[in-house]
Amino acid sequence: MLGLIIPVALNGLMTGAIYALVALGLTLIYGVLHIINFAHGSLLMLALYAVYFMHVLLGVDPYVAMPFLVLAFFALGYVLQRGIISTFSHGKESNILLVTLALSIIIDNLALYLWTSNTRSLNLPYAYEMIEVAGALLPLPRLIAFGAALVIALLLWLGMTRTRDGRAIRAIAVEKRGAELVGVNVKHVYALCFGIGTACLAAAACLLIPTFYVTPQVGYAFVLIAFTTVVLGGMGSFAGALVGGLLLGVVEALSGLFLGETLGQIGIFLVFILMLLFRPQGLFSARGVR
Amino acid sequence: MMLRAEGLGKRFGGVVAVDDASLTVQAGRIVALIGPNGAGKTTLFTMISGFQRPDSGRVHFDGQDITTLAPHTICKLGLTRTFQIVQPFAGLTVRENIAVGTHLHHAKRSAALNAADDIAATLGMSAMLDQPAQNLTVAGRKRLELARALATRPKLLLLDEVMAGLIPSEVAEIIPMIRAIRDKGVTILLIEHVMQAVMSLSDEAYVLAQGKMIAHGTPQEVVGNPAVIEAYLGHGAAQRLQRETQDA
Amino acid sequence: MKTRMHPGNAVVAVILIVAALLPYFVLPAAWLGLATNILVFSLLGVAWNITGGFGGMMSFGHAVLFGSGAYATAMLQLHAGINPWLAALAAMAIAAGVGTFIGALSFRYGLRGSYFALITLAFAEVFRVLASSFAMTGGGQGLSLPLATGLANMQFASRLHNYTFVLLLVVAGLVITTLVQRSRFGAYLVAIRENEAAAQALGIDTFRVKVLAMALSGAIAGAAGVAYMQTFLFVDAQIGFGTVMSFEALLGPVIGGAGTVLGPVLGAVVLHTVGELAREAIGGAPGLNLVFYGLVLLVILRFLPNGLMGLFLGQRRRPATKEQA
Repeated sequence: MLGLIIPVALNGLMTGAIYALVALGLTLIYGVLHIINFAHGSLLMLALYAVYFMHVLLGVDPYVAMPFLVLAFFALGYVLQRGIISTFSHGKESNILLVTLALSIIIDNLALYLWTSNTRSLNLPYAYEMIEVAGALLPLPRLIAFGAALVIALLLWLGMTRTRDGRAIRAIAVEKRGAELVGVNVKHVYALCFGIGTACLAAAACLLIPTFYVTPQVGYAFVLIAFTTVVLGGMGSFAGALVGGLLLGVVEALSGLFLGETLGQIGIFLVFILMLLFRPQGLFSARGVR
Repeated sequence: MMLRAEGLGKRFGGVVAVDDASLTVQAGRIVALIGPNGAGKTTLFTMISGFQRPDSGRVHFDGQDITTLAPHTICKLGLTRTFQIVQPFAGLTVRENIAVGTHLHHAKRSAALNAADDIAATLGMSAMLDQPAQNLTVAGRKRLELARALATRPKLLLLDEVMAGLIPSEVAEIIPMIRAIRDKGVTILLIEHVMQAVMSLSDEAYVLAQGKMIAHGTPQEVVGNPAVIEAYLGHGAAQRLQRETQDA
Repeated sequence: MKTRMHPGNAVVAVILIVAALLPYFVLPAAWLGLATNILVFSLLGVAWNITGGFGGMMSFGHAVLFGSGAYATAMLQLHAGINPWLAALAAMAIAAGVGTFIGALSFRYGLRGSYFALITLAFAEVFRVLASSFAMTGGGQGLSLPLATGLANMQFASRLHNYTFVLLLVVAGLVITTLVQRSRFGAYLVAIRENEAAAQALGIDTFRVKVLAMALSGAIAGAAGVAYMQTFLFVDAQIGFGTVMSFEALLGPVIGGAGTVLGPVLGAVVLHTVGELAREAIGGAPGLNLVFYGLVLLVILRFLPNGLMGLFLGQRRRPATKEQA
């Protein structure tokens, strides 16, 4: 069993990269809009079906589909935030959570109705190419996803800290009313951020589908993982989401190794509970509690 | 001695909000806590009423050390505070709002509601009792805040800028009400910027500036104190004022 | 002074009484199953309403309390041979205990608002995984109670009797809610919901009140779990602790009117009745009814934030309260 730790952990690291990608979008949305987007997992599931069908019906390879889906989902996210989430919740925080919950219920079950609960996966020729790393055999698409996660996290971080628009976004995150007073179109920026967050999901889906599957339930499975990652890394922190996701992937893999597959699922939920209770600001934040 | 705060200190990160502040309030008096904005007055209140733990110093109320007690326990002992930003319990009527306070001494709903009516009467709010609290004007909300606090039958009332936002006629209306509360036996410590209230109501005043107590005395003494004038109007202001009055 | 009942409440009460009596006189037997389901969801909604409606502690994982009740009563009967009525009481106490535990832990560390909602979901998931991992809880198969009809066994041969049993539980739940609403405890809960700091400043031990509310909610949700178990004689991890039950717990109250007495029942009745009629019209398919529920929730949130009861009680939209943490 002990000899398996490194290979299992490395594989967990690969999975963690996907968690990080999913969480990057969520942490941006939370960091700026202060919305806990319960529909995040459902949108990921939608993206997975989108890339699946693009391959099955149009013959498009997931990596090729990525730019198109990223743009499409950016638009979807923009419209969702501007058209539904902000107007339906009347600004109340508790309502926003319920609105995103309603959206996730609708999306998850619409998927169930349209595409049934059959597991679907792609049979891509390169999906089983294995690269050996430190005694572990890692699937090539996973390694690609790992690298992509690092790149995307870096791009997001650069975008937010080095560009003028990014700095404007961060200003809004801190002082919405002040930004409104100086003429910033806050509604537009909010929708922009939500769109970027959703676009990250599309990227994650394209990177995930070669070695994963999709069912309507997948969305819900990812929601808590995404939230745990965001809490681990500190709300609003890209570096935190990246590290948090990788860490969580390893935790999940190792608890599956030691507790068995069923009980192993508990690892993530326990991490979430413990983090929320004892260190809600994240592992890396020096600041005090909320 | 109803209240004694000794050497209270509080810092938030790098900022020292309150620095070695002490004050005492004798039973039956109205004491004012004044000072420029951002001086740390509300922070002092939060420490006294248990909403924040002081980094240093102690608070004694009615002979008991209450420094580490929880806010609701302190209220039960007889010390009630109001809030600078008044927030009535939305969705409830004025009567139901006050009843939340009277419930401290009345377990039964009907008794609490009746007691709420009595409290409202002492503050001239009987006409508003059935109104939704969020429909009240600023003056109404301030009065409701006062009523809610009174409902807990405090020995010591901490009023945080109860006059803020009131127009002069409203201030003139509420001043005798506060005096009447004291006359009924409630000791009052109030944070206030409205100088008219401070001068006419308080028996003594403490001045807090940049977290430090810089003066204490009767309102007249304190207002003429050069250090106090400097704290409000800036460096050199005291001398300038003195020169101007001399020249006049 | 007596609190006068709003005429709107009387109207809704009449509507619900008529609806409740339908199975006895008019309703075809085929609909009894749905009617009983609606009652179980109503009871669960009544439980959620205590903490989420009156107390403002929105929980996304109320199934953890429901499932605890169902599993507890099943395990006590199956493994310890305890009389079903005693097992039911014990199950309610256990569910109350779970509620107390979760509440005490969460509130001790200052969780509220969305964080509280998420942590309850996490707890529900933990319980779900635990329930499907051990033989004692039936593992992946779940737990079944052997058929043994008779009042002594809390199993009813007649579906109408079963319906009556659950109906009585719902009525009891409504009575309890009314008592809470008219008590000091209820006044304190609402005050805490609106402004916890102000409540503390008025002498309220907010931690204690919130935990007590979780305990009461747990007991009622546990009763809903017992009712489910005794009706269907089966529970598994997905049913007991899964998201469907957690969402049902909040759908009724939010749609019907959180923080009102009749809201949870009105919401559950309207939602499921209309949902079932729609399903009959369109043709049953998995997932479609939940899509419908989600859409109704969206519409209510947009146009009737106070729920359906808002229509009857003539309330304008409740203004936004202070920003929660």
